[in-house]
Amino acid sequence: MDFLRKTLNKIKPHFSEGGKLEKLHPAYDAFETFLFVPDHTTSSKCHVRDSIDLKRTMGTIILALLPCLIFGCYNIGYQYYLQFDPGFISGNFFSFFNLFLYGLIKVTPMIIVSYGVGLSIEFAFAVFRGHQVNEGYLVTGMLIPLIFPIDCPLWIVALSVIFAVVIGKEVFGGTGMNILNPALLARGFAFFAYPTKLSGDKVWVSDGYTDAISGETALGELATLVKDNVPTEQVNNVLSNFSTEGSYSLMNSFLGFIPGSIGETSVLAVLIGASILLMTGLGSWRIMFSALLGGFFMASIFKLWGANPFMDLNPIHQLCIGGFMFAIVFMATDPVSAAQTNTGKLIYGFLCGFLGIMIRVFNPAYPEGIMLAILFMNVMAPLIDHYVVESSIKRRMNRINI
Amino acid sequence: MKNSLLSKKNRKLLSDPLGDQNPITIQVLGICSALAITVQLQQALVMSMSVVFVMVCGNMIISALRNVIPSRIRIIVQLVVVSSLVVFVDQVLQAFLPDVQEKLSVFIGLIVSNCIIMGRLEAFALGNTLWPSFLDGIGNAVGYGWILLAVAFFRELFGSGKLFGYQVFPDAWYEAGGGFYLNNNLMILPPMALIVVGVIIWVQRSRKSFPEELLEEN
Repeated sequence: MDFLRKTLNKIKPHFSEGGKLEKLHPAYDAFETFLFVPDHTTSSKCHVRDSIDLKRTMGTIILALLPCLIFGCYNIGYQYYLQFDPGFISGNFFSFFNLFLYGLIKVTPMIIVSYGVGLSIEFAFAVFRGHQVNEGYLVTGMLIPLIFPIDCPLWIVALSVIFAVVIGKEVFGGTGMNILNPALLARGFAFFAYPTKLSGDKVWVSDGYTDAISGETALGELATLVKDNVPTEQVNNVLSNFSTEGSYSLMNSFLGFIPGSIGETSVLAVLIGASILLMTGLGSWRIMFSALLGGFFMASIFKLWGANPFMDLNPIHQLCIGGFMFAIVFMATDPVSAAQTNTGKLIYGFLCGFLGIMIRVFNPAYPEGIMLAILFMNVMAPLIDHYVVESSIKRRMNRINI
Repeated sequence: MKNSLLSKKNRKLLSDPLGDQNPITIQVLGICSALAITVQLQQALVMSMSVVFVMVCGNMIISALRNVIPSRIRIIVQLVVVSSLVVFVDQVLQAFLPDVQEKLSVFIGLIVSNCIIMGRLEAFALGNTLWPSFLDGIGNAVGYGWILLAVAFFRELFGSGKLFGYQVFPDAWYEAGGGFYLNNNLMILPPMALIVVGVIIWVQRSRKSFPEELLEEN
């Protein structure tokens, strides 16, 4: 520690005003505050300082993401070995560790690419614009690998990160100014730009795909039923996968032993993360609760409607498959792009869940409807806030007597 | 006082719309067609050339007639002139480039309602003599055209790996040929045209200042 402090102090003059490397001061600043608690004091009029700064917020959210990441790694190994040798997956610790390690080796490059590319852009913009490097990317950088399929090529991940950070964030002025959630924007970009790598039945199980087992996500399987004249045999075949013994049974979907994006499969892991967010107060319970309600409401309507086997799925089961839970806990609650007012949050969350389920059932080409729903609601959030504030003003205006 | 043919003022008429007063990036006019027909360079080129023709001829005709057009019906006269020119372009394309015409289809017809053309007729040709109107027409149409071509260049290159229909990236790069590369499908969708135009505007504004700020200073 002492050594680090001394080194930093030694090179500090170079980066301060008048020094040789003055232009790189934001980079130096970022490293210094990363390593040591900054000695910044308030300079303007407001003197209330909270100990929870951006860095600690981001750190806590990453902590909340860890269960998803750890289970995701395990599930990748599990899906991989399942296709060759179901016998390998016995209950002992050794095989658990093996599966986890396999997944970790597959996921690590994606995380490195995501952070490497994203942080370089943030650094470049900070140096160019001469402001401090923000910690805003730390969470986005972890979310992006978690919502990509494991077999997605790294250059696509890198390109999506570039798009999300530059077009989604820096254009609007950097951290805290973005209209859309950058992580979802990255996935949206990749989804539309390279559909063959982001959907279908070849990308969800890490390489060595065999025909013996379906590598399709639960949503992809169900989507095949939303057509005219599907043979009854096929319908029964798919539906048997969703019964209690099938590979997409409610239990499997809840625990997460199904193919899917890296971090999204396990509802249990997401709930652990959600509880951390709620306990620390970093995620809005209003958004999570109302989104869950919205999704359940729509799924129940579909259940009553029952026009095709996809709609006929049990509402609880409907919410457990796909990225729905992950998205409403970690994406919809993004404090920057969500609605700001309390009533607004309830409306925003409800519509996120409602539209998410609606899109995925009505348009089988977009199985991850929740992604599109949240991006759409991000755009609508300021409008919701506007009307909430307006109506509040109106209500109060009626009360005053002049 | 008579200006020489290429006096400083006249040269400004020609060069301003290419950069500082570009109809697309500064005035943000005519972007509907910029979004619709920039998937391929060939379409963009044909479209730009059509607009150059309609714009230059329209500007000159209106400028020649400016003293006899009653101001009450000037919009109708402008429309008649522009639509006859557009019909002419459409017929020529149908005769000589039927396949491109088919792809551009309705957008050639929509040149009539291109705000850049109506804007220049109304704002410039009606009040200026033949030669400046000619220069202004070329300047604005080429200013529109080069943005179109720039957008189409990126969209065709990354969207389908081609330029003017010729394969640029070797087949070996593509997954089917054992490579790693994939075309970016988003480039073919209209939203990407908007983003590419946006990035061009961004680059332009970060090099020069914001036109809005200039207005306030004046």
